[in-house]
Amino acid sequence: MTDHDGNREREPAGRRAAGGRAGRFRLRGWGGVAGMAAACALVASLALPALSPAPAGEPLATAPAGRERSTVREAEDCTDPEASLRPSTAGGPNIDAIRQRGKLIVGIDQNSYRWGYRDPVGGGLEGFDIDLARAIAADILGSPDAVIFRAIPTNQRIPALETGRVDIVVRTMTITCDRIEQVAFSTAYFRAGQQVLAPKSSPVTGYDASLEGLRVCSAEGSTAYEALERNSFGAVFEDEHDGQPQDEDLLTVPNQLDCLVRLQLGLVDAIVTDNALAAGQAAQDPAVELKGDGPFTTEYYGVATELGKDDLVRRVNHVLEEYRKGPWMEAYRTWLEDDLPGVTGPPQPIYRAG
Amino acid sequence: MAHPPYGGTAHQAAAPVHPGPEPVPAYAPAQPAPAGGRGALAGARRRMSRAATTEPGRLRITGALLAVLLAVFGATAAVAVSERAAAAEDVVGRSQPLSRDAASVYRSLADANTTASTGFLAGAEESPAVRERYAQDISRASRLLVTAATHTDASSESGRQIAHLNEYLPRYTGLIESARANNRLGRPLGGAYLRYADALMTEDLLPAARRLHLAESARLEADHEAARSWPLVAPAAGVVALAVLGWAQRRNYLLTNRVFNRGLLGATVAAALVLLWVVGAQALASSRLHDADVHAQRSLDVLNDARIDALRARANENLTLVARGAVLTDDGKDDKYAAEYAQTMDTLGAALEKALHHADDEEGRRPVDTAVRAMGEWRTRHDGAAGADREGDYEGAVRKVIGREGSTNECFDAVDAALAEALAHEQREFTAAAVAGRSALDGLAAGAALLTLTGAVAAILGVNRRLAEYR
Repeated sequence: MTDHDGNREREPAGRRAAGGRAGRFRLRGWGGVAGMAAACALVASLALPALSPAPAGEPLATAPAGRERSTVREAEDCTDPEASLRPSTAGGPNIDAIRQRGKLIVGIDQNSYRWGYRDPVGGGLEGFDIDLARAIAADILGSPDAVIFRAIPTNQRIPALETGRVDIVVRTMTITCDRIEQVAFSTAYFRAGQQVLAPKSSPVTGYDASLEGLRVCSAEGSTAYEALERNSFGAVFEDEHDGQPQDEDLLTVPNQLDCLVRLQLGLVDAIVTDNALAAGQAAQDPAVELKGDGPFTTEYYGVATELGKDDLVRRVNHVLEEYRKGPWMEAYRTWLEDDLPGVTGPPQPIYRAG
Repeated sequence: MAHPPYGGTAHQAAAPVHPGPEPVPAYAPAQPAPAGGRGALAGARRRMSRAATTEPGRLRITGALLAVLLAVFGATAAVAVSERAAAAEDVVGRSQPLSRDAASVYRSLADANTTASTGFLAGAEESPAVRERYAQDISRASRLLVTAATHTDASSESGRQIAHLNEYLPRYTGLIESARANNRLGRPLGGAYLRYADALMTEDLLPAARRLHLAESARLEADHEAARSWPLVAPAAGVVALAVLGWAQRRNYLLTNRVFNRGLLGATVAAALVLLWVVGAQALASSRLHDADVHAQRSLDVLNDARIDALRARANENLTLVARGAVLTDDGKDDKYAAEYAQTMDTLGAALEKALHHADDEEGRRPVDTAVRAMGEWRTRHDGAAGADREGDYEGAVRKVIGREGSTNECFDAVDAALAEALAHEQREFTAAAVAGRSALDGLAAGAALLTLTGAVAAILGVNRRLAEYR
């Protein structure tokens, strides 16, 4: 599972593949839900033995003993990790606490170009995620500036929520079955997926046979890497000493952005990564572009809160309802369209019953 | 002059015990072989056995033997002493400076890497001083590598490491400039370049520089050993020469009842002086060089290591703020740079403790104490910066790390300056001890040659005086 940095975030490939978004839309309805549940349960039962000993990249708050039980329950429940609480402006103790403070504390990234990054001259933060965070602050507190941004590292996103250091995290955070056990997510605010990035002059046409014989870079343990493992189209994508101390970190790298360094230095020919992040890469190098018609996988970004802060989740979902009606496209045009063209609108929300 | 009173008896008694020609072949291998082939040698042997049957003949042989023994003693002493003096000179004038230069290359590279990350954190506001320090580090390293290359055989271990460093250093600086350019444009890609450059430095350049330093230290150690090794042949030759002189004088006394032969006595005094001088000077030189090696050089090595540790810890501290969790440890639990910071700080602590242990005077201990205190403060302030970072106050964390006042940068600078002072002190100690060791051998080679030559002349004169009694 790729997240902002695309690093070492692993989710059983099988579950994701079976629950792929493209299929989910077609299977909508009661039959679809039942079918999905069955498919998930089957895949999870197959994936489980392989899953339990493998430590995921991110430190998990759940104890190892509780892990297996939760995975089972998750497999039963995890048909729609993106399904969130219904929107509401009713408020509650968490909204009250934010109002009392007068500021919304938001965990953001500052190294993700076009999403959340620091303007080197003004020193301010800007990007798609930052705009969304300001919109949420404006809705709750009446001013887009009533917000305290806290730059948190990738591996601190969940701990930052759990310890209450931040109210919400808006940080290209992918909604996954694993994570919904640890944090609550809003409805999806961006649809992303894996895509190939290569120099404009490159003969690569996408995630297809044009990759044959080329050196392809991906982040270690990322969805991109797993996709290449399943089908690399004859591309070279593994380092000789992967997973060993003398790992070359050439074709599989700690962080997706490292791939762009290797590409610019001529050490690799193409990159496979999350297209939202790839857009950020392309924005930093005018000589590269996203290849192919669109992403070949699907994943969603959501706003995360601590588990149980239902009033806050509902409020954010309310903001997103409004945001999708206009500001979303505006933000898309400002930050992403140049490098990630062809997106016609935000992903539609899915709500849980109740 | 009267005939020797017991001439006949002495002859009969001495002949079976000391057959004249014997000593000559016995010592022949130790001395420069007399010119001439086997035939000439056999002829000389025959002439000598004939000569050994008369007292004047025996005296002539004794005189020649003494002259040869003293010459051998003088020659071996001069050779041994000049070899050791040359080795001591090498320690002072060549291998220690080269080892120091290698350490300086190592430190300059680590310093450049650390400074680059400090400048990177400051971004567009990078101060001219930081930029200048980076530039100086790189030029110093390049310059020292050129010097080292001229003193080094290209196929040796040092030569290979120098070639490697020369090849990769420009790549490193290229990556740093890419990092800088992207960073100034506000592109996070700059951070990725910086991490790539840091990986090249830590995984490739620094290990090569370390190997270069180790190879140079080994060369220094070899020169040290050569300078301190005890000469064996020369003192042995001296003892033999003195023994033969003693025998000759005793024989003279028994034959003539005269206690002193001035020539032989003079030769004995000269030989004894040379022997004492060689032994005494060597003992003194060894002790001084031992001081230089054991006290100063080991302190220098430990302090150099500590300084590198401090630089690595500082680079990791900076990179933690640059990478923002972009790279995790292999088990995926912690931030890679934060973990490496903690690790290098522990290593630094251990190195400082070792340096305190090696420091043998107050002047050496004081700066190390300062470094230890500054490191404690550094740790405290680092926790403050890490806390600010955890709270999401990134700018506050950066201020606490690279700011002017109250930052960990101050502590790092204090540690670095204290270690530089300690290094300078130990370097002075080293040079003083090594120079003292070398000067203990000053003039000894020439003196030994001159004295033994005088002794040889005196011995011959002494024997001639006895020979004259037979005319």
